[in-house]
Amino acid sequence: MTGNALLSVEDVSVELPTPRGNLRAVDHVDLTVGAGQTLGIVGESGCGKTMLSRAILQLLPKKAKLTGRVMFDGQNLLQLSPEKLRKLRGRSLAVVFQDPMTSLNPVLTIGTQLIETLKEHLELDEATAVKRSIELLAAVGIPAPEQRLAQYPHQLSGGMRQRVAIAIALSCEPKLLIADEPTTALDVTIQAQILDLLAREQRRRHMAMIIITHDLGVVAGRTDEVAVMYAGRVVERAPTPALFKKMRMPYTEALLAALPRLDAAPHTPLPAISGRPPDPTRPLKGCSFSPRCRYAVARCHTEKPALAQADSLEHQFACFHPIEVHAGAGA
Amino acid sequence: MAFFVARRLLYLIPVLIAVSLLTFSIASLLPGDLAYTILGDQATPENVAALRADMGLDQPIWWRYLSWLGNVLQGDFGRSFRTGQTVLQAVVERLPVSLELMLLAQLGALSIGVPLAIVCAARSGGPFDRFMTGSAFAMLSVPTFLSAILLIYFFAVELRWLPATGYVPFAEDPAANLRFMVLPALTLALAEWPGIMRVLRSDMIATLQEDYIALAKAKGLTPARILFVHALKPSSLTLVTITGINIGRLIGGAVIVEVIFALPGIGRLLIGAIGTRDLIILQGVVLLVGAGFVIMNFIVDLLYAVLDPRIRHGHA
Repeated sequence: MTGNALLSVEDVSVELPTPRGNLRAVDHVDLTVGAGQTLGIVGESGCGKTMLSRAILQLLPKKAKLTGRVMFDGQNLLQLSPEKLRKLRGRSLAVVFQDPMTSLNPVLTIGTQLIETLKEHLELDEATAVKRSIELLAAVGIPAPEQRLAQYPHQLSGGMRQRVAIAIALSCEPKLLIADEPTTALDVTIQAQILDLLAREQRRRHMAMIIITHDLGVVAGRTDEVAVMYAGRVVERAPTPALFKKMRMPYTEALLAALPRLDAAPHTPLPAISGRPPDPTRPLKGCSFSPRCRYAVARCHTEKPALAQADSLEHQFACFHPIEVHAGAGA
Repeated sequence: MAFFVARRLLYLIPVLIAVSLLTFSIASLLPGDLAYTILGDQATPENVAALRADMGLDQPIWWRYLSWLGNVLQGDFGRSFRTGQTVLQAVVERLPVSLELMLLAQLGALSIGVPLAIVCAARSGGPFDRFMTGSAFAMLSVPTFLSAILLIYFFAVELRWLPATGYVPFAEDPAANLRFMVLPALTLALAEWPGIMRVLRSDMIATLQEDYIALAKAKGLTPARILFVHALKPSSLTLVTITGINIGRLIGGAVIVEVIFALPGIGRLLIGAIGTRDLIILQGVVLLVGAGFVIMNFIVDLLYAVLDPRIRHGHA
């Protein structure tokens, strides 16, 4: 939308061949992230948010079919040569994966895994790279960073490992960091620390960030814009304050209602979203959320609503019967 | 690490006792009386009885085992009743031949199998991978005696590049020694690279699916660094195991290859001992070879720890 967007995902679809036919994991998604901005992508498991992040990083499985354009810093990532793409990855486009137990190589030391990125992209000599690594580990809050360099991932706790993964991602001062469920695999007590660390480093480095999560609570205070995904599509998209003030898509409302609340009376049942997401190998004719939507009418089952702007330029949603009432404040 | 080594060394003791027990019983349970074998058809019952008493054959079997074991522990493995050579002398004489053959064969098999496995894994499912996997399977079904004869036919008879049989010690003439060793080592390597390639290929394909490989790609590392630094090491545990087993097996000599190429190695020593019913040699050599095998496996265990820090630190 904006001319100076750092990343713009334009009409991106991802199809995966399965024995039961093609699975459309991402369905015509448009998104933009400006320099220094934070975008939250929210949705339940299997809604295509991880596939979308892999599509941006060009890390899809070999058999996946990707269409559309991913413009990053003025270049279409889909048309870059493998060598140019490699120079971009880790340098200006970095990622933190969900599970720090599996995303660090178990047979290489923390030092090796940090230093190799620095040496690859910044052409530092060994001594400078070691010094930078120690600074990076200290910056992400790891005590005794010098000793950590010689340690292996299994000698660190999950939270510490995720900090190492963040240090690796930050090492070359990327322009965009994609954090794919960075706290899902961690203890609740560590989650806020990691999110705060990401927010702090983002401000300090004036870096753009995409946070992918299933938890609306995670994006509430930490993002500029939120895109809600369902069954491979973006179904609602708005600046974060506008979204939490006035959600229009029934799915977003249901997601928020499913969050446990501290002020709820004990033993209050959680209003889970009944039913399951549609089978992605058999796309529905109408709105994909209609089978589970309590507002659905006949038209919702036969016609697919487009993602359209209604009240303001920024707030878009794909629904024939948007919620009119003010949703409960979640932030 | 020291604790790890000490613990593994302790495990060796019961294994070696079991090896010695098995070796001894195999030799003792063979039909026929050793005294008759030594003395031949003309022996009188008195002579046989005297020899039996002399060799301790009239003692109960557990007593014979313990006294044999006692001698072995003092370094006395016995002596051939035919040549008068001690077991140790015979083994020391033959071992360099078998070790050199084993070493060259492993080097050959690894230098064929490992690069092919890496290339196949990197392009798994592609035409080259399918062709190589098929070829490896075909090679696996070729027996060594056949490939040995084919190699002799092409390289010794037709092309006349290499000698067909014979042996010169390395110390005497290294170049000639290597010329004699090429074909036997190649024969063994041809039998072993398919196993190496298939095991490493499938482990490597599994490793390449790991999150940390996706992260290595996302870090913008070169494909070579991803394959050789990030993927090869965690994929090589099974490779180390089968290489260790191959080496252990070949310490005992490659019987068929040594016979075909007329190499004076351990394998031919064993065959000879079986042919002449030289039980003392047989028993001693089998024990030494068994011990070599067990120690080789111990080294493999140590290599696991070198390859995977989680094993070193007792996490796995």
